[in-house]
Amino acid sequence: MAGASSKAASVVFDHVTKVYGKDVVAVNDVSLSIAPGKLVTLLGPSGCGKTTTLRMIAGLEMATRGCILIGDKDVTTLPATDRDVSMVFQSYALFPHMTVLENVSYGLKFSGFSKVETLERANAGLSLVGLDGYGGRLPSELSGGQQQRVAVARALVLEPQVLLFDEPLSNLDAKLRRHVREEIREIQQNLGLTVVYVTHDQEEALAVSDEIVVMKNAAIAQIGRPRELYDAPADTFVADFIGEANLVECQIAAVDGDMAEISVGGVRHRLPSRGLKPGKAMLALRPSRIRVTDGDGLAATVEKVTYVGPRMEYTFAGDFGQLFAVSDDVDAPLKVGDAIRIGLAASGPVLVPDA
Amino acid sequence: MRAVTTEKTTHPVLIFWIVTGWVGFALLPWYGVEDFWFLDWLTEGWPTDSDYAPAAFLLGQGEKPWLWPLAPALLAPLALLRRRKTDPAYAYVLLAAGGFGFAWLIAQGLGIGIRGWTADWLSALFGPLEDRQYGMGYGALVVASALLFLFTQGIAARGAINGDVFVTGAIGGVIAVVTIFVFFPIAKMLGAAFITEEGGYSIPLFFAKFFDDHIWGLGCLSGTRCGVAWNSLFLAVLVGVLTTLLGLVFALVLTRSGFRFKRELRAITVLPIITPPFVIGLAIILLFGLSGAVTTWVADLIGVRPTRWVYGLPGILIAQLLAFTPIAFLVLIGVVEGVSPSMEEAAQTLRATRWQTFRTVSLPLMRPGLANAFLLGFIESMADFGNPLVLGGNYDVLSTEIFFAIVGAQYDQGRAAILSMVLLGFTLAAFYLQRFWLGKKSYTTVTGKGDSGVHPQMPRGLAIPVYTIAALWGGFTLIIYGMILYGSVVQLWGVDNTLTFKHYLTAFAVRIEDGGIRWIGSAWDSFWTTIMISTVAAPLTAAVGLITAYLLTRQDFAGKRSFEFGTMLSFAIPGTVIGVSYILAFNVPPIEITGTGLILVISFIFRNMPVGVRAGIASMSQLDRSLDESSLTLGANSWQTFRRVILPLLRPAILAALVYSFVRAMTAISAVIFLVSARYDMATSYIIGRVENNDYGLAIAYSTALIFVMLAAVGLLQLLVGRTQIGRRLAHEQGGS
Repeated sequence: MAGASSKAASVVFDHVTKVYGKDVVAVNDVSLSIAPGKLVTLLGPSGCGKTTTLRMIAGLEMATRGCILIGDKDVTTLPATDRDVSMVFQSYALFPHMTVLENVSYGLKFSGFSKVETLERANAGLSLVGLDGYGGRLPSELSGGQQQRVAVARALVLEPQVLLFDEPLSNLDAKLRRHVREEIREIQQNLGLTVVYVTHDQEEALAVSDEIVVMKNAAIAQIGRPRELYDAPADTFVADFIGEANLVECQIAAVDGDMAEISVGGVRHRLPSRGLKPGKAMLALRPSRIRVTDGDGLAATVEKVTYVGPRMEYTFAGDFGQLFAVSDDVDAPLKVGDAIRIGLAASGPVLVPDA
Repeated sequence: MRAVTTEKTTHPVLIFWIVTGWVGFALLPWYGVEDFWFLDWLTEGWPTDSDYAPAAFLLGQGEKPWLWPLAPALLAPLALLRRRKTDPAYAYVLLAAGGFGFAWLIAQGLGIGIRGWTADWLSALFGPLEDRQYGMGYGALVVASALLFLFTQGIAARGAINGDVFVTGAIGGVIAVVTIFVFFPIAKMLGAAFITEEGGYSIPLFFAKFFDDHIWGLGCLSGTRCGVAWNSLFLAVLVGVLTTLLGLVFALVLTRSGFRFKRELRAITVLPIITPPFVIGLAIILLFGLSGAVTTWVADLIGVRPTRWVYGLPGILIAQLLAFTPIAFLVLIGVVEGVSPSMEEAAQTLRATRWQTFRTVSLPLMRPGLANAFLLGFIESMADFGNPLVLGGNYDVLSTEIFFAIVGAQYDQGRAAILSMVLLGFTLAAFYLQRFWLGKKSYTTVTGKGDSGVHPQMPRGLAIPVYTIAALWGGFTLIIYGMILYGSVVQLWGVDNTLTFKHYLTAFAVRIEDGGIRWIGSAWDSFWTTIMISTVAAPLTAAVGLITAYLLTRQDFAGKRSFEFGTMLSFAIPGTVIGVSYILAFNVPPIEITGTGLILVISFIFRNMPVGVRAGIASMSQLDRSLDESSLTLGANSWQTFRRVILPLLRPAILAALVYSFVRAMTAISAVIFLVSARYDMATSYIIGRVENNDYGLAIAYSTALIFVMLAAVGLLQLLVGRTQIGRRLAHEQGGS
């Protein structure tokens, strides 16, 4: 499989719009650029247009307006067959009447390889995903995880310019999911592939991506590296979608260079101003960035207590509304009705423009 | 690694159709040869004799100059061989050449016939024409296909359907054949309704004929006879309602009861489908006719003279119920099984009793099935020809009237056309009423997720009548078939009941002499013709049906709705109407095929195609679309995807379409009766002939033999097509578990 990285190509969307029927806008004026050899995730709630975007890269949907380039070549009007792109489907879409080996060889047959080479490449692909010796089986004789890997192998052996994943893990159980996503990331990095990956699971996106494109209502909400999105969400939507932030109204008392002084329910806190002016603003508070032990801070009552194994989950009520917080202290949990003064962690809370 | 087709300058598909076009133009006989299936023409003066000459030779000899414009249409695409597909000229030339050539071919075919110009205004415009031409043959057929597919490649090159050559070609092909073999004949027939005996057109005459008392009279309300239209309508509604009810009864017994002999019951209910249509009518005569077993027994019992009571509405009704209940059953069993058990279970956990569940959940969800079953029963009854002919007595119906208008002493094409219009009007109205009744509600209950529930049993109040009816009707069917078998082995039913094989011997005797077999039985001719025609028609029907289904389920294109309507239209058209319209349309050039085997094959294809389409659509919508899409992203084009992914997964649908079209071709009578000729006689029309001569023994023996042949054929097909390896469960269904 060596040399695959040399084929990896960039993907560019230039003001692409997709309209279904007369007036159902699935993707609205999206521009983005994906560098070769990177894994980029399209993330968003269902119906946000991420799958349509992916299918437009594949050539399964045609853009209504705008331009799509793969590796500097305009492919806007090319159908799927003629694009050098392969895709791993949510349902895997393994051909149930073909064996695993036939499935993996399927695309090679149409790419002009000799029989011997087809077999060689297909077997290499299977061993890459750790399925040596499974070639003779039917897809129905494999477990879900194995089927998923066959689907990956089938797409990989074509050494496509771009490899697409459409929610590839949604049919796997939680434990397998973590394992397979690490495998995908490893293969992608080893082979230097350009991968576009669709998911609605923010944790999955944070874990595998070089860059994440958050989509909302058919448009891009924010593009950035995982850390950027988590630490500096562009708006309340992104803040909430990635890492379920508590959104609390606050008052910016003073701005001093890059830093701002804010007050929340009488508690004062210093944090990066992110270009905001004094006045009302929103504060995004990650559940893990709330100090649950009693001390200086906001007066609150414990409303809900949930034990989830490694940690406790609490819902607090107070003047600020409701706050969701987690705590690692499972040995001496709070009880419903307890009064407590909770605080903000020194770093972590972030100001977002009030959208 | 992928070769990008837009940049290639070689186009194998284009080359193929250009070569095909030239073969048709320069090598194959342009006009129709006597026998489509044989190659006698090769030795009989080809290529110079003008009867068998290819178009190029005709032109070379200075004949048929109107074929000249086809030459540039076939030449122009040659200029494109070195060009790229993205070149605007590529699409433009193909559109122009293919479109013009195809249009010209049709125009000259319609404009010039056996007596020169076919219309007065043409000779007024171009002056008199001394020449003439006959029906189109191989050459014209091949050139027409080539031009059509050059045109569709032009459309594809313009970017339609993502530039997909296979899909545009398939759409163009299906539209062309449906237009030629469904719309054209129907239009021709509608036109015939306005033609006077002198050959002119007259609208008053049409109205006079249309509102004839014989068609619309309401005499039966005051004691005399009603018009045929009312007779047909009344019968069809009755048959539609009763077959639906009986079908539902059997479907319920099979799916919602603890009945033990389900396999046997299924076999009984399916038996009538492979029975030639009027055999049941014969058996009814043997039971209930003037000298029938039941009639004489009852007459003796209550001491009255036996009557001919069964001839007329009662006889037709019983025969049609026996014949068409299985169709309703097959429609309903799918729907009744398809109602998701979890919905019924949900209703029960919401405190509905079994009866309430059935009434409020199960029954409403079966509505599409009930509507379809009724529609089928209605149309089949309207179109049925054999049973009214045998049992009708004085109860005239449209289908037999049409037949007598065409073949009887009256020979009145206009009248036949008008009666056909009435018949077509009724069936189309039923079609639309059904759509209207079903409305826009979604009845989809199969979601693709595994459904592990179990159908609840019928409520007791329903079970008792259902069992009773099923038992009575099942028993009755068995008796009828016993009669058929018995009737085929007695001298003369009702008169001389000694057992004999003489009917079988008359029909199917063979003698081995001179080292060969001589088929001396009187039935062999029509038997072999039937087998041959059915064998040719079945795979073609399945192919056209499945390709259409593929286009309808997997592709989006402008005008898809009307495309669907067009392909389903021939389903709503009764066979009698098809038969009449084919005679009117295809006994003159440009397509002159009456009296050949070809017209039989074609009529079967378009009569039975809708079933192939339905079967295909049903199973294709169970195949996840991502299967095709993944094939496409892996570099296969749409034809390769169709052949390697969809077709192999469609085996059950292929089998259903093959079996159905084969069986229908063997048992059909309504359209066939108009289209057979001395040379190509079909089994069913031969049997009808025997019946008309009161040769019941032979007719029944022949029919019995056909039933066994069909059973064998169905078994053989099942073996040939084989079972799909994967069963019903698709790969992705296992994913989450």
